[in-house]
Amino acid sequence: MRVMAQMAMVMNLDKCIGCHTCSVTCKQAWTNRSGTEYIWFNNVETRPGLGYPRTYEDQEKWQGGWELNSRGRMKLKAGGRFKNLMTIFSNPKLPSINEYYEPWTYDYATLTDAPAQAHTPVARPKSLISGNNMKIEWSANWDDDLGGSTATAHRDPMLKKIADKVKFEFEQTFMFYLPRICEHCLNPSCAASCPSGAIYKREEDGIVLVDQDKCRGWRKCVSGCPYKKVYFNHRTGKAEKCTFCFPRIEVGLPTVCAETCVGRLRYIGLILYDADKVLEAASQEDEQGLYEAQRDVFLDPSDPEVIREAERAGIARDWVDAAQRSPIYALINTYKVALPLHPEYRTMPMVWYIPPLSPVVDVVAETGEDAEDTGNLFAAIDALRIPVEYLAELFTAGDVAPVDAVLKKLGAMRCYMRDINMGRDPDGAIPAAVGMTEEEMYDMYRLLAIAKYDERYVIPPAHAEQAHSLEELSTECSVSDYGGGQQDVFGEGSGTPTPIAVENFQMLQARQTSDSLTGPENKGRRVNLLNWDGKGSPPGVFPPKGPDS
Amino acid sequence: MSEFLFVVVPYVCLTTFVVGHLWRYRYDKFGWTTRSSQLYENRLLRIGSPLFHFGMLGVVGGHIIGLLVPESWTNAVGISERTYHVVAVVGGLISGVMTVVGMAILIYRRRTTGPVFSATTVMDKVMYAFLAAAITLGMWNTIAGSILTIGGEYNYRQGVSVWFRSFLAFQPNADLMANAPLGFQLHALVAFGLFAIWPFTRLVHVFSAPVGYVTRPYIVYRSRDDTRLGSHRPRRGWDRVG
Ligand code: HEM
Ligand code: SF4
Ligand code: SF4
Repeated sequence: MRVMAQMAMVMNLDKCIGCHTCSVTCKQAWTNRSGTEYIWFNNVETRPGLGYPRTYEDQEKWQGGWELNSRGRMKLKAGGRFKNLMTIFSNPKLPSINEYYEPWTYDYATLTDAPAQAHTPVARPKSLISGNNMKIEWSANWDDDLGGSTATAHRDPMLKKIADKVKFEFEQTFMFYLPRICEHCLNPSCAASCPSGAIYKREEDGIVLVDQDKCRGWRKCVSGCPYKKVYFNHRTGKAEKCTFCFPRIEVGLPTVCAETCVGRLRYIGLILYDADKVLEAASQEDEQGLYEAQRDVFLDPSDPEVIREAERAGIARDWVDAAQRSPIYALINTYKVALPLHPEYRTMPMVWYIPPLSPVVDVVAETGEDAEDTGNLFAAIDALRIPVEYLAELFTAGDVAPVDAVLKKLGAMRCYMRDINMGRDPDGAIPAAVGMTEEEMYDMYRLLAIAKYDERYVIPPAHAEQAHSLEELSTECSVSDYGGGQQDVFGEGSGTPTPIAVENFQMLQARQTSDSLTGPENKGRRVNLLNWDGKGSPPGVFPPKGPDS
Repeated sequence: MSEFLFVVVPYVCLTTFVVGHLWRYRYDKFGWTTRSSQLYENRLLRIGSPLFHFGMLGVVGGHIIGLLVPESWTNAVGISERTYHVVAVVGGLISGVMTVVGMAILIYRRRTTGPVFSATTVMDKVMYAFLAAAITLGMWNTIAGSILTIGGEYNYRQGVSVWFRSFLAFQPNADLMANAPLGFQLHALVAFGLFAIWPFTRLVHVFSAPVGYVTRPYIVYRSRDDTRLGSHRPRRGWDRVG
């Protein structure tokens, strides 16, 4: 047993309202530079839909991820090491910019500069790639909310697999949102495809990163990742990917996408796993067995032997504690409601999803039946094959049984809790029908529905003795350490790096853990004029007056 | 004059080549990349780049054999002057034509594809000028010198190659070069010019040719590097203890 720790995420899809806040805040934090316009570390797809980049899930076309060779051994789907090197001069599987979209801006200046004229001047779209006027024809979420999907949705690779049953008629549609970040896989094919070895998995927390100083722009990782979550910065000529906001994680803060998620649907925590078993599990012959195989790789953090081995592997005690309280472990292994995205790619993804019950609930509600009745819900889950099979294509390589089981648990939770909320006697038969005790069901409800901040995020910070050099604290960083600015002699961004601190740690933490909207009462000196209504003196600006005023 | 052209200039170029690479590697690891433009354009690149690069690999290999292996060695293993010549000319022609055609496609693509052209730096243009000149002169020497024998036969293995080895051994013999045909002299000079600018162009990518990929494990694990959390080193005096 070789215990390793992995920082992982679970998203509860029922709660996603498709608002794209996560994508936007992520972009503001990480990819608002030139060359990264089209790069969305976090993107939200409407499913059924083509995804971003278009049809990335069609691995027969894009050849991402792993497959088993004839001897049952793991092999990169795009070909072995030699073939990889032979195709380095021109990557045959690299999506062109059109598969993403041509980023653009608007010629805003004409709005103010235009001479007096009969018609209102318009700001025309200008391509950020060629600089020319362009026609906007696609973007990162062009088919949002099934927009235009009568024309495009039939190209959804997952829908194709169950296509014979689907007539894409509007009355029959179902829809949900799928927010995606890099999976920080246990067996990352991006890293395996990188000729220079610049992509690495951090030993401490499993975060997969691109070493910007070692990347040589061979752009093999882009095609190697089946989720297409490595992007090529066309200005700097380097690959970039989601960093799991490691500077924030190191100080115990959740990622930007999770922190700002409107639906509060993201969970972050540690998983302990047995690194010796990863390869074997990923080589599982039956694709539908991969979900279970991956679950078997995870270790029970309460098992004394695991704790002992974790200690031997140098994992600190507070990290083991955090692993025990991990919402991820609970959702994946205790309640078994979270499923991996496309386990059949064999990369062992570590961002898991709780599939949405809402397509089913919506249908039941439309029929006028009671959508919070176990009988109705269970019957609907059994009857509504198309949404369920579609979910199975996403999360279990097509095996509907685990998806059924999860949906029934979610349905049972709904019904069981309704009785409680209506002041009726809880019905113990409901949890029993899905193999849970009443207490478990209530705990799961707490985690999924109440979803307290500190239950959603159990992130042990890196150790205090290192704190001074953590990115987020930056107590010692002075601009002069970084050459005082960029000298781009060899093109965009060349020269020594600048630090990437995101936000002030103390301030954020105070805001997150306080009960009031303005800020912690006991921190009187913090001034926040945004919340001042203009009457009287703003709180905190002047020292408190005497009691008589 | 020949001392200057074939001793001083080459050594100056060699020095910038070596020192330039060391300096660039220290100062600008972040800029050390192919700056791939495949995202912008793929149709022409798909043909041009492999043609050029595989041709170029042949050309480089040919130069290594031709310049570094003395004639006496090949004679000693029983390869006749004639056989060597035929093999060299045929091999050189094939890889040379591939390189030239590939390069023509690449340059055409750079000039005509809007996004690629606007991503082209001044250094790219200078580099292509030297590269194109060196390759054209090299082709000319092969065709004119060895096939059409314009201006008489010239065995570079007894001239240029010997000079090159004497140059590498720091006992340069400029006369050998001074007596070579003009085509060879120009080719050598332009090539040294290319070496001089090499470290300051995207050609640095050649020195990170990923040969290690063949043997390294697929997945790279790296420790967080506690001396360097985040993207910068701790200041002096703040090093971690224990
Ligand atoms: C064997 C090692 C080499 C490897 C792995 C390699 C790989 C590459 C790659 C991946 C590109 C980017 C192509 C793209 O996507 O735009 C490139 C471009 C280029 N390489 Fe190489 N290369 C090697 C050797 C060389 C050599 C020996 C030369 C010439 C002296 C050379 C000259 C160039 C040039 C001029 C370009 C720019 C092409 C363009 O976009 O116009 N390379 N190389
Ligand atoms: S999802 Fe992330 S870790 Fe997995 S292969 Fe893609 S880029 Fe690599
Ligand atoms: S912020 Fe949350 S609710 Fe909004 S799209 Fe992102 S994941 Fe969904």
